[in-house]
Amino acid sequence: MGSHKISNNIRTLRFHNDEMTQQDLADKVGVTRQTIAAIEKGKYSPTLELAFRIAKVFKTPLDNVFTYDVPE
Amino acid sequence: MSFREKQLVINILSTLLISSCYYFYVFYSHDDSMMSTNDLLVFWAETLLILMPVTIAAKIIIHIIFSISNTIATREKIPPMDERDKLIELRSSQIGKYVFGLGFIASMATLVMGMSVNAMFIVIIASGILSEILDNGFQLYYFRKGI
Repeated sequence: MGSHKISNNIRTLRFHNDEMTQQDLADKVGVTRQTIAAIEKGKYSPTLELAFRIAKVFKTPLDNVFTYDVPE
Repeated sequence: MSFREKQLVINILSTLLISSCYYFYVFYSHDDSMMSTNDLLVFWAETLLILMPVTIAAKIIIHIIFSISNTIATREKIPPMDERDKLIELRSSQIGKYVFGLGFIASMATLVMGMSVNAMFIVIIASGILSEILDNGFQLYYFRKGI
């Protein structure tokens, strides 16, 4: 909790996709808006399946959406 | 506050309300000073067996009223559970089960220490209520702080 090493660009990707709302993205990937908000804030790491579904919505590879920051 | 968070607050409040009303009624309507151990066991068995359907029925009614009033007030549909909701529920219910398990062990300890059957059942019931409140409380915490 709070110390997630996985960061994401969902907020930026939504902005570049016609300013898609969290609710729109949530509907497309089949979760609640609160879950998308939690992922964006780094409060929840999605399952691999959900991560792939999010990447598919933005038509981009998974590592453009999520990045794993290796601790020094 | 999301629908799930509101639902958890309602759950905690209804658990407190139902159990306190029920036990208030049971303890003030029964005098156990003249009861033998066998009678006490029957009394507690009856109390617990009645509590279960009473709690289930009361919670169903409270949740129906809450869902209807929430839909009218916010025009928000009831969201289906997603993977995060399920993970939060799983982690919190684990904590609740540990608490109840400890309570059960503590209730056995009361008998070993020579306390009455009443003490054993009171510890079991208190740990049941506490585990329910902690289960819901931790869900609320995880929804707020992240998991």
